[in-house]
Amino acid sequence: MGRKSPFKITLLLAAAGVTVVALATMLSLLWGSTPALKAFGWKFFFQKEWNPAMDRFGALPFLIGTLLTSFLALLLSLPLSLSISLLLGEYLKGGKLSSFIRSMVDLIAAVPSVIYGFWGLEVLVPAVREMEMKMDIVPYGVGIFTASLILSVMIIPNTASLAREVIQLVPRDLKEAAYSLGATRYEVIKKVVVPYARSGIIAGILLSLGRALGETMAVTMVIGNSSEIPKSLFSPANTMASVIANEFTEATGDLYYSSLIAVGLLLFVITTLFGILGRYVIKKTSIEGGK
Amino acid sequence: MKGIKLRIFKDRLFRSAVYALSLLSLTPLFLILLYIFKRGLRVINWEFLTRLPRPVGVENGGIANAIVGTLILVFLASLLSIPPGIWAGIYLAENKNSKLAEAGRTAVDVLQGTPSIVVGIIAYLWIVKPMGRFSALAGGVALAIMMLPVVVRSTEEVVKLIPPYLKEAAFALGASYPKTILRVVLPAALPGIVSGVLLAVSRVAGETAPLLFTAFGNQFMNYNILKPVNALPLVIFNYAMSPYEEWKRLAWGASVVLILLVLAGNLISRTVVKKWKVRF
Repeated sequence: MGRKSPFKITLLLAAAGVTVVALATMLSLLWGSTPALKAFGWKFFFQKEWNPAMDRFGALPFLIGTLLTSFLALLLSLPLSLSISLLLGEYLKGGKLSSFIRSMVDLIAAVPSVIYGFWGLEVLVPAVREMEMKMDIVPYGVGIFTASLILSVMIIPNTASLAREVIQLVPRDLKEAAYSLGATRYEVIKKVVVPYARSGIIAGILLSLGRALGETMAVTMVIGNSSEIPKSLFSPANTMASVIANEFTEATGDLYYSSLIAVGLLLFVITTLFGILGRYVIKKTSIEGGK
Repeated sequence: MKGIKLRIFKDRLFRSAVYALSLLSLTPLFLILLYIFKRGLRVINWEFLTRLPRPVGVENGGIANAIVGTLILVFLASLLSIPPGIWAGIYLAENKNSKLAEAGRTAVDVLQGTPSIVVGIIAYLWIVKPMGRFSALAGGVALAIMMLPVVVRSTEEVVKLIPPYLKEAAFALGASYPKTILRVVLPAALPGIVSGVLLAVSRVAGETAPLLFTAFGNQFMNYNILKPVNALPLVIFNYAMSPYEEWKRLAWGASVVLILLVLAGNLISRTVVKKWKVRF
């Protein structure tokens, strides 16, 4: 390439800078969690006791809380987001209604998470409490179930937009071939569209999951903040993100503080892994687009 | 072959299910917006927007300091992230196959996937801890880390779309590389970049988690970036979690202001793309 001009060097420096920020993020988390990892070893991530008063810390309750809320949210939101993507990618391809629905889906993603949390706290929590009273279980109102409900709404756009894009990419001749054999639209969707778009849908699900795992405010406000391992789907809990949000500014003592950073490290590693997996699936099927 | 009637029935059933579930997925959005506007709109008046918060028990506090704080934070974040972000994006688009571009792209992916609360920890470790106190600067850095990948990505994508003949034409006229980038490529890419930046801005304006232990919040008006500031999302969070009805009322008002801000950002971003888009 030869000698580089000063101008090109500034471009290069900017790109290097972005890389350095990402690297520094990782290293800072590792460095910050060193005291905790030294004190507890790798068992920190599977220890079930989180007791600041006794200076004993383990991330297991939050790991479980995070996985439960995220997967439950995913389960609840899948039928919704897949319907939206089929509607926009197959049934209603153009027109005013279609673009209106699309901008509404974008809007779901644009509403700040603290507002979802506030609404959840004021509307959803009392509703869930009432339901729990009818079901004759302890009526906390807050808890994993409530957090999953809110989350399931918030992650609709991620799956919906990616899945819509791949559904639109299904070649016309494939669908037309199926129609000409006498298939109904439902059969075309089931036997041609979905199998063809499967990997894109999976990628969208992985991205949604990444969003759900890291979501902080809405979950923090409705999950009830309990550091015990949740006994049921209706009990209060904490996710990795919510325990950091709640306790970071109050953390007294280096070990407490470092343990919270270690929880952050774990969260970072998990979301990054899901992100890499999602992008790998996208790349492998060479689907452009998505976020 | 199953009976045709059954197959048609299934087809109709499936279509109805798709329509019904799609409607169902948009319902919460409408419910939330409706509820917020119903509760919040009547709180908003001139005093609400221009007064400072008041202690519990005293009515008619305002959120002036939070609005100013959010503006300061967003300004700082933009200053820190937009210039390097655009520059890095140009590099990534111009050197598609270099090793650094590969690394840069991975870095952008990693940063984009980093949960906002983790970004808060990072800004805490980088700024708050060395300085010994919470500050607007730390909040700005946190938001900048969130904006950076979005700016880089949208710049890269727009610059990639610029047809090579534009650049070749500039070179053929004897323009130097910097001149070509600054006078041909960048102006052509500008609408796309602006729209990406606006989206990023309106997204971080609503972020709470990265501010919890960086900007921290402040009951008073503050213009000093080395001291803690309040922000709209922080006000909503703190007041929403408080047991006082009066504070909750204010939080609804603040929610409406925040949502309008975010929506305006989104809307302007869309119009920019439509109106200015350079067609090739």
